[in-house]
Amino acid sequence: MNVPSDLRYTRSDEWVRLEGNEAVIGITDYAQSELGDIVYLDLPEAGRYVQPEEPFGVIESVKAASDLYAPVEGEVLAANSDLQSALETINQDPYGAGWFLRIQLKDPAQVNSLLTAEQYKEYRNL
Amino acid sequence: MKTTPLHAAHRALNAKLVDFAGWEMPIQYKSILEEAKSVRHTWGIFDVSHMARAHFRGASVLNYLTRLVPTDLTTLQDGQSLYTVLTNEAGGVIDDIIIYRVEANHYLIVFNAANREKDLAWFHKQASVFSPAPDILDETDQTVMIAAQGPLAVEQLERLFQADLQAVPRFGAVDLNWQGSAVFAGRTGYTGEDGFELIAPARAGQLLWDALVQAGAMPCGLGARDVLRVEAGLHLYGHELNDEINPIEAGLGWLVTSEADYIGSSPIREWKAQGTPRKLMGVVLLERGVPREGYPVLVGGSPVGALTSGVFSPTLEKGIGMGFVQAAVAKTGTGCEVDIRGKLFAATLTTRRFLKGR
Repeated sequence: MNVPSDLRYTRSDEWVRLEGNEAVIGITDYAQSELGDIVYLDLPEAGRYVQPEEPFGVIESVKAASDLYAPVEGEVLAANSDLQSALETINQDPYGAGWFLRIQLKDPAQVNSLLTAEQYKEYRNL
Repeated sequence: MKTTPLHAAHRALNAKLVDFAGWEMPIQYKSILEEAKSVRHTWGIFDVSHMARAHFRGASVLNYLTRLVPTDLTTLQDGQSLYTVLTNEAGGVIDDIIIYRVEANHYLIVFNAANREKDLAWFHKQASVFSPAPDILDETDQTVMIAAQGPLAVEQLERLFQADLQAVPRFGAVDLNWQGSAVFAGRTGYTGEDGFELIAPARAGQLLWDALVQAGAMPCGLGARDVLRVEAGLHLYGHELNDEINPIEAGLGWLVTSEADYIGSSPIREWKAQGTPRKLMGVVLLERGVPREGYPVLVGGSPVGALTSGVFSPTLEKGIGMGFVQAAVAKTGTGCEVDIRGKLFAATLTTRRFLKGR
């Protein structure tokens, strides 16, 4: 199971890549593997303000539906619009072309409170 | 948990295993969607050894079975089978089953794993009415059952078994031999595709499975099986059928052909003549979404029923489902909405023949 060391993670299986004052988020390789084939994704549009503990979207696989939680607080700058016509990308490349949102961070330091790759591996027994 | 004789093969293929009716079964190997697509376009195999199989023998067997099901069995010939249901006194469905007539005074019944104990208790209870009582032999644990399904399944099986299988009619059965083991093959399935369900001795199971994989069959799990059966509009016990659902409202009036006094015959005859307050319908979403069991169905803003099954259909690339809706609105083409986690999705009521005209 792939857990890149340069990303931060949540206990609800999202990943965060810090890029200056912006963050890119998606779901982990573990999450896509547990969900199986993704068949539905509902993401917010640019301009929407997201924050932790609040579901911002829905992801559904053949097996189950799950809420998506933002790991960080801020305004959505972009959502990955390529995914709707190619949801299998989330299964195939969860850390790359399968990204979900780009967020303008309210406080970039917030990312430091998230799990490191080592902590996430330990949390999920990977 | 119980395991089938093919358990080691599933582990070797890195299957994801889940508890299904007390059996540890593969839900998927690599991808449910890929597995389902293989069955639609080429062929796939399923371990369905958990399904219960019992032989019924004796001079009273035909009379005995005639009391248990709403389907006329008198025209069933040797080597033929039919799909029917076991009904209770109230006209509800105890289980849905396939009955094979092996020969005179000898029938084989395949029934659901989840209902094995319930059905066996019912079979034995009803047998005690007859003298001599029919002999009932559950051979589930001594055999494997593998379903080979898909447009290429029959020709591939012909090659493997060196037998003319195209000649076997739908719901027909034939005795085959594979490396010295007797294999009973019925041209049945649960996917909406052509194919056979093979019953073989447990000891031959693993080698037969491996030979099918070698021949190019995609191993498919219960996840793909569920997607395929919903696409084919087929019932799953516990969803579209249960002890309180009658065969008429479930759209199985076509199998109510018996003129005998079978268990539940009076309420069922009444429903067949008068209609039922609700009917099982297909539901097709008009926008992308995933309908699932339990989601409410609305017409003109009012609830008219709920889904009993739902999937995202990889073949149609649409959300599809089945559910019981009030008879007054149960018409093909009726516009409706499905409440998916609090959000209304536009949909249409349809027949359950989702793949027709594909």
